[in-house]
Amino acid sequence: MNEADSGTIAPAVLRGPNDYKSDIKPVWCPGCGDFGVVNALAKAMAKMTLEPKDVAVVSGIGCSSRIPAYMASYGFHGIHGRALAAGTGLKVARPDLTVIVTGGDGDGYSIGGNHFLHACRRNVDMTYIVMDNRVYGMTKGQPSPTTEPDWDSKLSPDGTGLREFQPLVIALTSGANFIARGFTGDPNGLAELIEQAVRHPGFSFIEVLSPCVTFRPEQKEWKKLVKPDAFKPTPDMPRAARRMLRDTGFDLGVLYAGERPAFAPRGPRALRAPAELEARFTL
Amino acid sequence: MKKQRLPRTVAEFMAYAWALEVEAADRYAELAELMATHHNREVSELFAKLARIEGKHRDQIAAQMGWTSPPDAAVFRWETPEGPETTDYGELHYLMQPWHALKLAEHNERRAVEFFERFAAARVPAGVRAAALEMAADEREHVRLIEEWLSRVPPPESGWDEDPDPPAVAD
Repeated sequence: MNEADSGTIAPAVLRGPNDYKSDIKPVWCPGCGDFGVVNALAKAMAKMTLEPKDVAVVSGIGCSSRIPAYMASYGFHGIHGRALAAGTGLKVARPDLTVIVTGGDGDGYSIGGNHFLHACRRNVDMTYIVMDNRVYGMTKGQPSPTTEPDWDSKLSPDGTGLREFQPLVIALTSGANFIARGFTGDPNGLAELIEQAVRHPGFSFIEVLSPCVTFRPEQKEWKKLVKPDAFKPTPDMPRAARRMLRDTGFDLGVLYAGERPAFAPRGPRALRAPAELEARFTL
Repeated sequence: MKKQRLPRTVAEFMAYAWALEVEAADRYAELAELMATHHNREVSELFAKLARIEGKHRDQIAAQMGWTSPPDAAVFRWETPEGPETTDYGELHYLMQPWHALKLAEHNERRAVEFFERFAAARVPAGVRAAALEMAADEREHVRLIEEWLSRVPPPESGWDEDPDPPAVAD
């Protein structure tokens, strides 16, 4: 008699990537890179045979932050820039869950920039996927923190003149334990990165180059610029920092896989039962 | 880019062929839904039709091999970012017309021909080479069918992508 027959362990249900997608269809523009992330995330979850009930996808606000609705797992569509705060709280309260935080460059690096720094520093065991299209798409094309200083548009004539935010460098110096860059045009490669990130202990950060074909049609050329497997993973932070000195912005792969232990909350996980808290705070 | 492993058996080779059709069918189905979301019914229906055709090929391969469960996906790894017959998300436009969709399909079928021809030309067992040549011939036939289909579809007029009420920012 095997374990499944004994009745003590339910037989594993093998799922394909499509089983990790919800019935809600994405409303993104045709050609948007974010489709590749849904695809990659579903493939990674299927590969890891995660139970959808054991996964929570948390997001902020923006085009890419719609992702929780498109996945068959639990999801939380939070408020602008606060996805990491919500994700951190969830993971600390429910360490048994696989927490995947998603969002865009505006959400994560601008209004959520401070949360990004401290999520790296805290090193809570979760994965943060940022779909970087170097523009605020949902609000119709304003420059974001990663927009090139000379990007000339109707909303930024002659460009902003501001130097770009450097997400990988910031993540490295702030303490993220796993840092990688992927590309939506390679959903299979991205799925592998997501799997590695989820499996790596501590805070994992993946910057995903995700073209916005509506406001940045020139980003269609990214597929010719990306350099797959250009980064070689290292646990050596100074080495990773030196590697970033010659980063083209299109180098893909795992830059850093650190060995810092993930944050573990001290003391009892829950001091109060939810019902007790509810009774105390109900008006 | 990871190096693709050459199939050592016909079963391994057919797993590649099967995976190619699965990815292509799934993507066409996804694109059909996407175009329906954007009220481009004509192209949505065309992608749905292509999804059905590729799905049929997928099922034919499984039946031919007598598979009752999918082959192990770990045996294959594309050298290209996605399968040779998978439509790139980045090639879409919400105002695209059936002609554009068929051009994408034609491009995909040509890539599939090249993919199988490359296997046939590689150092593989004779059985694998024969199977690869047969698949390449099938894909060439698909190219011919799509070309024929294209000849019946009018090419787009200039300015096909002009939208008087665009989603992009206004002046």
